[in-house]
Amino acid sequence: MTSSANRTWTHAWLMLAPSLALLALFTHWPAIATFIDSFYSTPRPRRPSRFVGMDNFEQMLTDPVFWQAMSNNFWFAVGTIPVSIALALLMAIWVNDKIAGRTLARMAFFTPTVLPMIAVANIWLFFYTPQYGLLAQVLGAFGMNSPNWLGSKDTALFAVTVVAVWKEAGFFMIFYLAALQTVSPSLAEAAALEGASRWTYFRRVQFPLLMPTTLFVLVNAVIGAFRTIDHIFVMTRGGPDNATALLLYYIYQVGFSFWDTGYAAALTVVLLALLGLIALVQYGLLERRIHYR
Amino acid sequence: MTRSIDRRAVLQGAAAIAAATVAAPALAQARTEVSFFYPVAVGGPITRLIDSFAADFEKENPSIALKPIYAGTYQETIVKALTAHKSGTPPVTSVLLSTDMFTLIDEEAIVPFDDFIRTDADKAWLKSFFPGFMENSQTEGKTWGIPFQRSTVVLYWNKEAFKEAGLDPDKPPATWAEQVAFAEKLTRRDGGNTTQWGLQIPASGFPYWLFQGLTTQAGAILMNSAGNRTAYDAPEVIEALQYWVDLSRKHKVHPTGIVEWGTTPRDFFERKCAMMWTTTGNLTSVRANAKFPFGVGMLPAGKRRGSPTGGGNFYLSKKVSKAEQEAAFKFIQWITTPERAAKWGIDTGYVATRKDSWDTPEMKAYVAGFPAAAVARDQLEFAVAELSTHENQRVTKALNDGLQAALTGTKTPEAAMKDAQAEAERILRAYR
Repeated sequence: MTSSANRTWTHAWLMLAPSLALLALFTHWPAIATFIDSFYSTPRPRRPSRFVGMDNFEQMLTDPVFWQAMSNNFWFAVGTIPVSIALALLMAIWVNDKIAGRTLARMAFFTPTVLPMIAVANIWLFFYTPQYGLLAQVLGAFGMNSPNWLGSKDTALFAVTVVAVWKEAGFFMIFYLAALQTVSPSLAEAAALEGASRWTYFRRVQFPLLMPTTLFVLVNAVIGAFRTIDHIFVMTRGGPDNATALLLYYIYQVGFSFWDTGYAAALTVVLLALLGLIALVQYGLLERRIHYR
Repeated sequence: MTRSIDRRAVLQGAAAIAAATVAAPALAQARTEVSFFYPVAVGGPITRLIDSFAADFEKENPSIALKPIYAGTYQETIVKALTAHKSGTPPVTSVLLSTDMFTLIDEEAIVPFDDFIRTDADKAWLKSFFPGFMENSQTEGKTWGIPFQRSTVVLYWNKEAFKEAGLDPDKPPATWAEQVAFAEKLTRRDGGNTTQWGLQIPASGFPYWLFQGLTTQAGAILMNSAGNRTAYDAPEVIEALQYWVDLSRKHKVHPTGIVEWGTTPRDFFERKCAMMWTTTGNLTSVRANAKFPFGVGMLPAGKRRGSPTGGGNFYLSKKVSKAEQEAAFKFIQWITTPERAAKWGIDTGYVATRKDSWDTPEMKAYVAGFPAAAVARDQLEFAVAELSTHENQRVTKALNDGLQAALTGTKTPEAAMKDAQAEAERILRAYR
């Protein structure tokens, strides 16, 4: 190797070093440490941490709250991901056209995204309040009885899912809107000349062109389904009787309410594995089908 | 001549500057900084009251810099305090739930107050608190917490609604049966819609606390004082839960599902419920917001009267310097003098935590003009310690989950309490 090439390499590594150090310190090391911790018992002042092998994971198998949180999270994901993506697409196509008050509509759809989640949760808390909350008043005007949305096991998970959709859809709309603006207008003109209907144009031209964006949005939506829990804290605290306990909320509870850090680490490993698996499917399988030539 | 004066002046000036630069850090060092975490669980301008107390204290003790930090709800505050403890720099003192005592001891996060009690005045000070409040402050023969914002559960009722229902507006229900009978008269229906509930007992956040009112009245004690045994499945406990569930399912005088802790006072102001159970800590807020005459009474009796105590204690952190602990101790003594305890009670509605503060002229005048303020104190005679065990959060969650399961109708009261007890047993076995 010549000395100038050598210097280039040194340069490159030096330039990369700060980011690498930060990435290792704040992303890789915590992940590895969590993985290691998951095989140890929780350290207590009077009982130091010791190696327990798979104990924490075995505990999980018999922990009803864990399974409830898993199933809650599954339904939460099933509820939020397709609906928020479909809504985002619909809104984006709508405000992409030259409709009257387009800017206002765009702003209205985007507003939930810029609001802090805690504020959103408080607003919805009022919507859901029994007897005099917004929903109860609207339903009452039609002579209908409003259920105790957040206080009943049958409706609580649905109620918090709706809030997440409301919040996420506007965010995803921005990506779709950006993608739609890059679609060449000549395509629309050509379709119009061919006499294609609006629906055909969407199905055969717009939607396929949006697929890479959809993948990106999908990845974000999946992460969101496992990550947004702020509103759970404000609205239900996982209740009633764990009906709205999502996986991340349960991890928080075990880690910071019960201070059972060993078990919390094991739960985190499961969450990481789950997300890793989903990412693998998304990038390994879906991406290959989307970025066709 | 002028030169020499000049030189002397310059020298003097230099000396003065040198002295100042040496003295300034010394002065700064002499100021002990006391960080103080406190939570807010009720309505009203609590943060402003604390800040003004802190300012007054600093004025009297210039060597101490008190830093009050509002840390969220009780739950959020203990998370922050313990996280800070684990990272090595905890707040010097914090107000945390009295029930977190065992957790804090197990984490070795706090020191007992006994080491700071030296003079007879100190001993008298420690003895001045209501014994009912000390039950959740002492274990293993030591005092770990100093009662500060303490409370009991009380019954608030809307006198106007009582009049409309043909009830004596000055007479709250005295027994369980009366409570149901009154609530039936107070519940108003408009077709299938209920426009006013007779009674609300909140079940979000800390359902166990309000439930402990019912279990105490049924004659049960939920845990032992060592904090390693619970009695969630005792027949009296199941009976108490059955009563709560029946209020909504059988008598239909209480909303079904989970009643929110936070919105219950609002429901009361909006006349959506005629009677509510909530903390006496809400007294000042209710007084400010209720647009109708209201009454405050002890909880109705089952086999006996009863309510748990509740609220927060001062704790001293272990991982801070002795000087900081001493400064914090000084502040805790300062803020719990009879006059200040009385002022705190008057401004918030919390129960002034020591007997002699009720003899101060301010408190006497306040109670004379607003007799409701004394209800919680009088109820202390029937009060029991709040549910508190080792691994408190987890053991309490087992009970909370069971309560919510029964109230939402997924389990019978008996099955719910059996499950809760089994879970508590599993966790507490290690502490016997």
